[in-house]
Amino acid sequence: MASITLNHLVKKYGDGFPAVNDISIDIADGEFIILVGPSGCGKSTLLRMIVGLEDITDGDLLIDGERVNDKAPRDRNLAMVFQNYALYPHLTVYENIAFPLRLAKGKHSEDQVKKLVTEAAATLELTDHLQRKPANLSGGQRQRVAMGRAIVRQADAFLFDEPLSNLDAKLRGQMRSEISQMQRRLGVTSVYVTHDQTEAMTLGDRVAVLKKGELQQIASPRELYEQPVNLFVAGFIGSPSMNFLPATLEGNVLRTALGDLEIPAEKARKAADKKVVLVGVRPEFFEDASLVEEHKQHHGSTFAATLTHTEWLGNEQYGYINFDPAPEMRELLNSLARDMDADELRPQVVVTLDAASRIRGGREAEIWLDTRKLHLFDAETGENLTRDAEAGAQLTREAGEDRAEEIAPAQRADAESGHGDGGSDAGTGGATAVGGRHSAG
Amino acid sequence: MLTTKAKLLWALVTVLVLVYALFPVLSILATSFKAPSDLTSGTFLPSSGTATTANYEQILVGDAQGLFLSALRNSIGISLIATFIAVVLATLCAYAIARLDFPGKKLVLTTALAVSIFPVISIVTPLFNLWRTIGLYDTWLGLIIPYLSLTLPISIWTLAAFFRQIPWELEQAAQVDGATTWQAFRKAIVPLAAPGVFTTAIIAFFIAWNDFVYGISLTSTEAARPVPAALAFFTGASQFEAPTGAISAAAIIVTIPIVLLVLLFQRQIVSGLTSGAVKG
Repeated sequence: MASITLNHLVKKYGDGFPAVNDISIDIADGEFIILVGPSGCGKSTLLRMIVGLEDITDGDLLIDGERVNDKAPRDRNLAMVFQNYALYPHLTVYENIAFPLRLAKGKHSEDQVKKLVTEAAATLELTDHLQRKPANLSGGQRQRVAMGRAIVRQADAFLFDEPLSNLDAKLRGQMRSEISQMQRRLGVTSVYVTHDQTEAMTLGDRVAVLKKGELQQIASPRELYEQPVNLFVAGFIGSPSMNFLPATLEGNVLRTALGDLEIPAEKARKAADKKVVLVGVRPEFFEDASLVEEHKQHHGSTFAATLTHTEWLGNEQYGYINFDPAPEMRELLNSLARDMDADELRPQVVVTLDAASRIRGGREAEIWLDTRKLHLFDAETGENLTRDAEAGAQLTREAGEDRAEEIAPAQRADAESGHGDGGSDAGTGGATAVGGRHSAG
Repeated sequence: MLTTKAKLLWALVTVLVLVYALFPVLSILATSFKAPSDLTSGTFLPSSGTATTANYEQILVGDAQGLFLSALRNSIGISLIATFIAVVLATLCAYAIARLDFPGKKLVLTTALAVSIFPVISIVTPLFNLWRTIGLYDTWLGLIIPYLSLTLPISIWTLAAFFRQIPWELEQAAQVDGATTWQAFRKAIVPLAAPGVFTTAIIAFFIAWNDFVYGISLTSTEAARPVPAALAFFTGASQFEAPTGAISAAAIIVTIPIVLLVLLFQRQIVSGLTSGAVKG
C-alpha cells in the first residue's frame, strides 16, 4: 500500500525525442489509475518508468514520499503484470507464483510459501492447475497466473501493462470485472495501461489521457466524458466518438453544415469572440424528432437531414449523415483524426436514435438535438470553450466518494466471510487472507 | 496433411540422402573387419570366412595400443575442455550481444565471423613457432587455445540467435519480482537457453574433435596428439602392408562418442521449450 507521486517526469531517448514529457500525477493510496491514449502516446513508457525498467531522464518519482528514481526494480517493491504474461515456461504454475517469494531468500519458510501460493491460487481459481506448465494453459489461465505472481507478494502497488489485450472479447470482459473486484478487495494502489476505452472507463477511479507524451486531462471517467478539456480528450473518450461540426456563431445561432442550431445564451457567450468554432456533439444528444417528448422539445433544436444509412442494434440504432466541410476545416478534422490513430475522419455525423425510430436512409427526416449538452471548441487551439470546470471537479469528487463507499463494504464482507466459515470456501477464504495481509502491511 | 504421393516422395528423398551420407561410414565399417590380405580384393564386404577383429585388437590391446589410446584420451580431454570454455564464454558474450546496446557490438560479431573464415592453414606456421618459443608446443593448452578460435565464433553466432528468441519480458518480470540482474539471467534465461547451449556445445565439440591441421602441426608426441593426427602415424605389420584396416577400425571407434552424444542430448536439442512463456 503506497501512494505514488509523479513529479514532472520526462523521458527522452537518445535522439532527444521526448516519449514522456513533463507528466505530473498524484496517485493516492489505494487508487486505481488508468493511463490511456493512442499508440505511441508514451503510456507504456510511463508505466515502465514507474516500475524501474526505463530510466527517468528528468523529474522525480516518489513512492510513499521517498524518491526512488535511482532504485533498481527489485528495490521498489512493485508488482507488474505484462501484456504477454511473461511466465517462466520451465516452471510449473505453483513455482511461477512462488517465484517472487523464493527470490526473497530467507523471508518465507517452505510452509509459508505453500500457504501463500495456495491462497493466491484459490483467489484466482487456479488450484486445479498448480502442477501444470504454462504452455498447457489457456490464455485466460496464463493471465491469471501472471496476476497470481503479483498478488502473492506484499507489493506496494500493482502495475498492469495492457493485461487483457491478448484475450478474446468475452474473456476480456470477465477478466476486467475480476481485476476490478480484486483491486477493490485488496485496496491496493494500481496503475493500469490500456488503449481500450471500455477498460479505461469501467476500471478507473481516475483516468489519465495522454497524447504524444503529454498529459491532456486526468479526471474521473464521467468528468472526461461530460467535461473534456479539449478536442483530443473529447474525441478519444466515447464510442462511437463525439461528432465535430465546423460552425460559425451569430448571436445564439450556430450556422453548421447540418443547418442552423440555436444554443443556450451562456454557451454562446463563452465563444462570442471566436469567428469559427467546432461543435462537439455526442451521438446520443440526437434523437428522432417525432419521438422526443413534448416537455423536452424546447431544450433542443430541430433540423432536417438525410441519413445515408442506419444500423439497428436492438437497444438503439445508429444513423449516419454526411456533410461537406469547408476545405480548411477538412484539414483540421484530418489532423484531429491522425492524433487519434485513425487515417482520415470522414465528414460524417453519427446519431443515436431510439430503437423504435422509423427513420431510414435516403429519406429526409427531422432530427432533434439536445443543445444543452453540446460543447464548443476553439478551432485553432482545440480548447473546450464551454467546459464547466466546477461541474467537472464535482463529478470527480462524487466518483471518489462512491469509490470509498464501495471499498468499505467489499472489504468488510470479505473479512466477515473469512471469519465465518473458517475458509471452507476456498475462494473467499483465500481472498480474505491475501486482503488481510495487505491491509496489515 | 501430406498426400500419399508426397509422403512417398519424401521417403524416397530421405532414403537417398541417408544412403549418400551413410555409405562411406558403412564402407569404413566393412573395411575395418577385413584382413590385410583382403584389403585390395575390391569387394565391399570382407571375403567370406576372412572377417576378423584383428584390426580392433591391434589398436586397443595390440601394437598400436599406445599410439591410439593415448590419442583417444588427448582428443576427449582437449575437445571437452575447449568446448566447455567456448560455451561458457560464448553464452556470456551472446547474451550481451542479444540484450545490451553497447558500442562495438557489430564489431564483435563481424570479428567473430572474420576469425572463423580465416584459413586455418595460414596461421599454423606462425603458431608453431610461437608455441615452441613460449613452451606451449605439444601440450593440451597448445591445442585448446587454437580450438577456441574455431569454436568460439560459431558458438557466439548460434547462441546470439538463440538468445534473441527468448522474450525479454521474462527477464524484466524476474527483475520486478525481486531478482538481481544475475539472478534474472540464471533463473529465467539460462533454463530456457539450455537447448541452445546444448546444441552449441555439440557443434563446438564436433569441430574440436574433427580437427586435423592443428592436431598434426602443433604436437609431436603422445603427450597431446589427438586421434585424427594419430591415425596418420599408424603403420602396417610390415612396410609392405598398408595400415588401412587399423585406420578404419580407429575411425569407427572415434565416431562412436559422437553418435552417443547426439543420441544422449537429442531431447535437449529439440527447441520449442519456450512455448507458453508469452502469448502466441
